[in-house]
Amino acid sequence: MDKFTVHTGNAAPLRASNVDTDQIIPAEYLKRITRHGFEDGLFAAWRKDPSFILNQPTYTNATVLIAGPDFGTGSSREHAVWALMDYGFKVVISSRFADIFRGNSGKQGLLTAVVDQDVVEKLWALVEANPETQVTVDLEKSQITAGDVTAKFEVDSYVRWRLLEGLDDIGLTMRHVDQIAEFEAKRPTFKPVTTA
Amino acid sequence: MGRTLAEKVWDDHVVRRADGEPDLLFIDLHLVHEVTSPQAFDGLRAAGRPVHRTDLTLATEDHNVPTMDILKPIADPISRAQVDALRNNCAEFGVPIFSLGNAEQGIVHVVGPQLGLTQPGMTVVCGDSHTSTHGAFGALAFGIGTSEVEHVLATQTLPLKPFKTMAITVNGALPADVTAKDLILTIIAKIGTGGGQGYVLEYRGDAIKALSMEARMTICNMSIEAGARAGMIAPDETTFEYIKGREHAPKGADWDAAVEYWSTLPSDADARYDAEVIIDATTLSPFVTWGTNPGQGVPLASVVPSPDDFDNESEKAAAAKALEYMGLTAGTPIKDIKVDTVFLGSCTNGRIEDLRAAAAIIKGHKIADGLRMMIVPGSVKVRLAAMSEGLDQIFIDAGAEWREAGCSMCLGMNPDKLVPGERSASTSNRNFEGRQGPGGRTHLVSPQVAAATALRGTLSSPADLEEKVG
Repeated sequence: MDKFTVHTGNAAPLRASNVDTDQIIPAEYLKRITRHGFEDGLFAAWRKDPSFILNQPTYTNATVLIAGPDFGTGSSREHAVWALMDYGFKVVISSRFADIFRGNSGKQGLLTAVVDQDVVEKLWALVEANPETQVTVDLEKSQITAGDVTAKFEVDSYVRWRLLEGLDDIGLTMRHVDQIAEFEAKRPTFKPVTTA
Repeated sequence: MGRTLAEKVWDDHVVRRADGEPDLLFIDLHLVHEVTSPQAFDGLRAAGRPVHRTDLTLATEDHNVPTMDILKPIADPISRAQVDALRNNCAEFGVPIFSLGNAEQGIVHVVGPQLGLTQPGMTVVCGDSHTSTHGAFGALAFGIGTSEVEHVLATQTLPLKPFKTMAITVNGALPADVTAKDLILTIIAKIGTGGGQGYVLEYRGDAIKALSMEARMTICNMSIEAGARAGMIAPDETTFEYIKGREHAPKGADWDAAVEYWSTLPSDADARYDAEVIIDATTLSPFVTWGTNPGQGVPLASVVPSPDDFDNESEKAAAAKALEYMGLTAGTPIKDIKVDTVFLGSCTNGRIEDLRAAAAIIKGHKIADGLRMMIVPGSVKVRLAAMSEGLDQIFIDAGAEWREAGCSMCLGMNPDKLVPGERSASTSNRNFEGRQGPGGRTHLVSPQVAAATALRGTLSSPADLEEKVG
């Protein structure tokens, strides 16, 4: 996983709440067995509408997505994170994320920055008034700056550390194989196994 | 201070605890399917890692599989490649798998419980958000993403931050015509699609205790639609009775030891929850969704709401957008909404009790002219049980399609889809835009409402049938 310290880029305002992962990437795109190349599936149904935000030339190169509350609800598909990243997004800002989506993002290095809804509203107004507005997301300071807006964002402290260091979870857990073996030795015999 | 059910199960699975780090939890059962696993197996291959505990891992084919002509090769080459990838990965890594055509194949969340693999006090994960289903047994069960699938395959553990706990207390008895599905849809409408975020829900109270295991699974299944990764119900005699004698249930002395342990799991009397929601079961009635998220629901006997009925701007806008997508006008009686397709199935309502409930209503009648009804059992075992009871013939005689097991039209990854503008009454769990096929319009309903709707052609409860069907 790449390290994440600070990112500056254009932002797209997605004025919608409850953006479920079926909207972020429809099931049809989940049949692929690769981990990359999902950018064509991102918001596939909405992108058929010429007025959709990502179809407006001023926002097509956005790397920060500013979304309404409850972003990423529904299906656990990590493809939603892959599609956002493959498209070029590095950060999603919202007042509330669904738990599974947020966890998946942390594993992949997509930063989910939680701010109050009034900060979201200010950022929407800012990037709608001037799509060229540069939004800077600083993970070390847990701070977003854009135009005259400066706001702290919330991010889980452990995820923040992993993103800053660029560490992957499996490698970290593998340091504790002895403790896993110890736990396994003490498991009750009545616990089921899937093998005959 | 006492502990809740969720906290007890959590504590019993902590492999490692360190300041400032998530707890490392041991996973008792990892269920795998074809959609969220290929990239995880690729990751193992790239790192040269084996599957750490193949004996705690089980794969089934469910999301992509056709529900007709299952012995022919899968027609869609991309679906076929994904199913083939699962078969090859399971063979290479030694993971047990129930493939299409196997008597144990079916939807992952139907298969685990029916084999007796889902038991109280376990941690259960799967790359599927409806893993919350298994919480009905008093297991801590939740959906994970593909990176976490790889993590569990490699280590049989997951690093997790503790959840908060929310009690959903359902007092009193449900009226006779109100089902578990109506109850959970009511709960989601009350707390919202984000209301459970960060929480494990524990459903409790007299109405919950009175439910069968299958009805409890319906409730826990949809916890994720309220934003909660997991929902749980305390194990009791109903739970033990369901598990006893199943293929993977503990036997002999192990059974006694297991029951003794399971009996310690219910929340202590002095346990504290971070939040509580109280519901009066006696006030409930059949409940359906009108919009494009599972929280947009109303009683069947009411009308389509107006954006003006909502308090905040965000909900008003969401309602207006949903009405437009659904092709509905505010104020229309829900029972006047005409339906094209009825789907009975899914991990929410694809079990034998669901099929029995629908068959009892449909028996001796014909489905409405021009309407399509698909019956998709949740597993091969459910299908065979239904056939041995003659339910298949009841559905076929009524004009419905009797299909093979799988996820089917719940998410339209296989050929079972709505066409743009087509409207369904569906016993599944999500009414998102395009969920059942691009442009499709979904109303979430109970099996009983699905059956009555199939006969009348408009959203209906069994009580509406008396004057309409001869």
